[in-house]
Amino acid sequence: MISMFFAAAAKPLPPVETVHPWALPTQASTFAESTDRLYYFIFALDLLFFVLIMGAMLYFMVRYARRSPGQKTSSITHSGVLEFWWSVIPSILLIVIFIWGEVDFLRQAVPPQDALNIRVTGQKWSWTVEYPDYPDARFTSSPDEPVLTMMVPKGRPVQLTMTSQDVIHSFYVPAFRVKRDVVPGRYTSLWFEATRVGEFNIFCTEYCGKDHSKMTGVLRVLEPEQFASALLEASKLVPEGSETMEQFGQRVAMRRGCTACHSADGAASTGPTWKGLWGKNESLSGGSVKIDGEDGLNYLRESMLNPTAKIVSGFEGVSMPSYQGQLDDKQIDGLIAYIKSLSAGQ
Amino acid sequence: MASDTHFEEPNYLTAKRGVMSWLYTVDHKRIGLMYLAGILVFFLAGGLFAITLRTELLTPEGDMISANTYNKMFTLHGAVMVFLVIIPSVPAALGNFLVPLMLGTKDVAFPKLNLLSFYIYTLGSMFFLATLVTGQLDTGWTFYTPYSSYDSGTAVISATAGAFILGFSSILTGLNFIVTIHKMRAPGMTWNRMPLFLWAIYATSVIQVLATPVLAITLLLLIVERTLNIGIFDPLMGGDPVLFQHFFWFYSHPAVYIMILPGFGIVSELIAVHSRKHIFGYKAIALSSVAIAIISFLVWGHHMFVSGQSELAGVVFSFLTFAVAVPTAIKVFSWTATLYKGSIEFNTPMLYALCFLFTFSIGGLTGIFLGALSVDVHLHDTYFVVAHFHYVMMGGTIIAFVGGIHHWWPKMFGRMYSEAKGRWGVLAIFIGFNMTFFNQFMLGHQGMPRRYYTYVPQFQLQHILSTVGAYILLLGFLWIAYYLLESLFKGERAPANPWGGVSLEWATASPPIEHNFHGQPRVDADPYAFPEIDRSGTIDHH
Repeated sequence: MISMFFAAAAKPLPPVETVHPWALPTQASTFAESTDRLYYFIFALDLLFFVLIMGAMLYFMVRYARRSPGQKTSSITHSGVLEFWWSVIPSILLIVIFIWGEVDFLRQAVPPQDALNIRVTGQKWSWTVEYPDYPDARFTSSPDEPVLTMMVPKGRPVQLTMTSQDVIHSFYVPAFRVKRDVVPGRYTSLWFEATRVGEFNIFCTEYCGKDHSKMTGVLRVLEPEQFASALLEASKLVPEGSETMEQFGQRVAMRRGCTACHSADGAASTGPTWKGLWGKNESLSGGSVKIDGEDGLNYLRESMLNPTAKIVSGFEGVSMPSYQGQLDDKQIDGLIAYIKSLSAGQ
Repeated sequence: MASDTHFEEPNYLTAKRGVMSWLYTVDHKRIGLMYLAGILVFFLAGGLFAITLRTELLTPEGDMISANTYNKMFTLHGAVMVFLVIIPSVPAALGNFLVPLMLGTKDVAFPKLNLLSFYIYTLGSMFFLATLVTGQLDTGWTFYTPYSSYDSGTAVISATAGAFILGFSSILTGLNFIVTIHKMRAPGMTWNRMPLFLWAIYATSVIQVLATPVLAITLLLLIVERTLNIGIFDPLMGGDPVLFQHFFWFYSHPAVYIMILPGFGIVSELIAVHSRKHIFGYKAIALSSVAIAIISFLVWGHHMFVSGQSELAGVVFSFLTFAVAVPTAIKVFSWTATLYKGSIEFNTPMLYALCFLFTFSIGGLTGIFLGALSVDVHLHDTYFVVAHFHYVMMGGTIIAFVGGIHHWWPKMFGRMYSEAKGRWGVLAIFIGFNMTFFNQFMLGHQGMPRRYYTYVPQFQLQHILSTVGAYILLLGFLWIAYYLLESLFKGERAPANPWGGVSLEWATASPPIEHNFHGQPRVDADPYAFPEIDRSGTIDHH
């Protein structure tokens, strides 16, 4: 577990491209520009008021420090004029800030008609991203390492329709200044228009349990003319060049979210570990199976495509979703090769 | 002096002896001290949880404790600090000690009820200790559903039961203070002659009595859902998880003012007494406490701008949030103006009050970012929010509380602490606090989410600075504990009125006698009529 963890930590997410710790992160959406204008406006006003208050305080501290015991003080107790103005001026400024923030917020609430639709599903602890207009395109983030999780075109409005399979998550892209809770049992949505090509962080910002801080992903913004072909290319999951089937299977396990529930090192998780699975005599609720030979192959395949058919003892309360239609034969072969490689003597 | 002390009348600490005389006491001063001891022990525990978190966050990877341990630690840090430390800190500890003394009365209206609320507090904190032992609570102090409905261990029931029980302690204390302040003011003490600390406690008590039952109902519903499987908040059973957030913040936002208003009260006293000036804008400060208490009930939705509540609700809550900012700003301006043409003594309590003006101003001003809808979308649930509420809760309430402890320490124990050591303590707290939390604003606006066990490497520098600050804070608090304890044994005897205060708690011995006053004190002037005030050449507004 620990070694796997360090291996994962060694591959950092792309930088947020912060210019300076005092500054907001890179602006990569149309909202970022307007939100930041208000942010810096408030910052300037706050700074002004802070300097005024602290300046007055420090001046009084120096000027009216006690020099002798019994030193006389002023009998002033209040000033109607002063109190009126220091109530009214902040009120007016706060109303300006309120209206400004409200106008921008309402603009964020109404997505344009021609927006590209993307479906986002949160589950502990990964994001699944699907494109209704491109049925083959699908990404799953991984808690083990930052992987490509979403691709969007630059300069075109994108609307995310989001829901959760378990607890509340929250979808946040700092570079876009957008965030929205992802709630089980209902749909929430957000929209944005990217203005900058590059890779940006996706964070989960509603606490959701053990691996909350690893429910992250990489969002890639592309030129609009490259988008459709790049999307299909990137979401294709086939063995590459020199890749062995075991390595391909490991990649499939991460990209399809298997590793969120099945560990490769024997650690307890939501589902049974894959370590030592091949060759093992697995006890099922109502029977047992020797995971070896032809029976073993069929059992693993069935467990991916129809997971509730046979359930390992001790995991009766867990319902794994079916991967029917989401894994092709090549990918299943890769996964099985990877699982085999996790047993001693293979 | 030696012969004087020989004939000294027994004070409330010496009048009765033995453990049982404390456990059965109905003396508000002793109950206040017992609360103080309990609160300080929990403050240490909550602080050690925080130090563990900060140490883990030195590196981007998870390397010292496991993710689950980290999650339990921040849950316990939040829950202990909110429910066991900050909410009872000023009202239950200092409030119990001071309210009857400031009012010029023998005790609170219902002394036995007061003892009962202490025992309810003890019982509630036992439930929290139980969750510590079973070690299963990892929901965050906010207990958001459906995570808390079925996902984390059984400790949710004992922790929420603990918070439920603590709520009753809070309600009974509030009730007691409301009645005491209404019915037991010394002859001549009109409402406008009450020290502002009493106004603050009064406003706080009103919120405690009105808001806490909502928390009780919410937590009870959570327990009912978990034990009887009735769907209230859990979508799997047909419940609505966002409903929980509405219920929770309907209490917990007013609770923010339960936590900060008493701190305001302390600062009003400290600034006036140590600058020998009448507090500036007495009525504005007093009434703004009441205004805050009322508006605070109508802003809970600002915790939920991105939760999926309707946009209209978001807009209304944003507007009301800015409305509550105005009375808070008025207070800060009034405190600053009080210093004008004063005679400022930079002793430890006053330095805490000035430190409060610095840190609380930052806390208040950064709230404006979070009230603005579009900016909040970016900052919500990031370290910016963490920094903001620590500047308010710790830079506000805790710093005022520590200042108040120093101000009334001679009254409570009859001993003076070392002034020089006290000032070093202020310096450590000031530097440590700002270093810890100012860096978190920068982390937050860059997008660092809160409650993260691991993080992206470019945030590391600010995290390291924040952790170093946290260690300075820890050393500062240990230092304060050291010299305050030392003063109990080695400190000089305190006079009845070491600071020249004119409110009634200074009109009796230090420590006070068991029944507070010989005879019934009378009030014929306001509590800030210091002898140094020059009434010769100016027009007196009264």
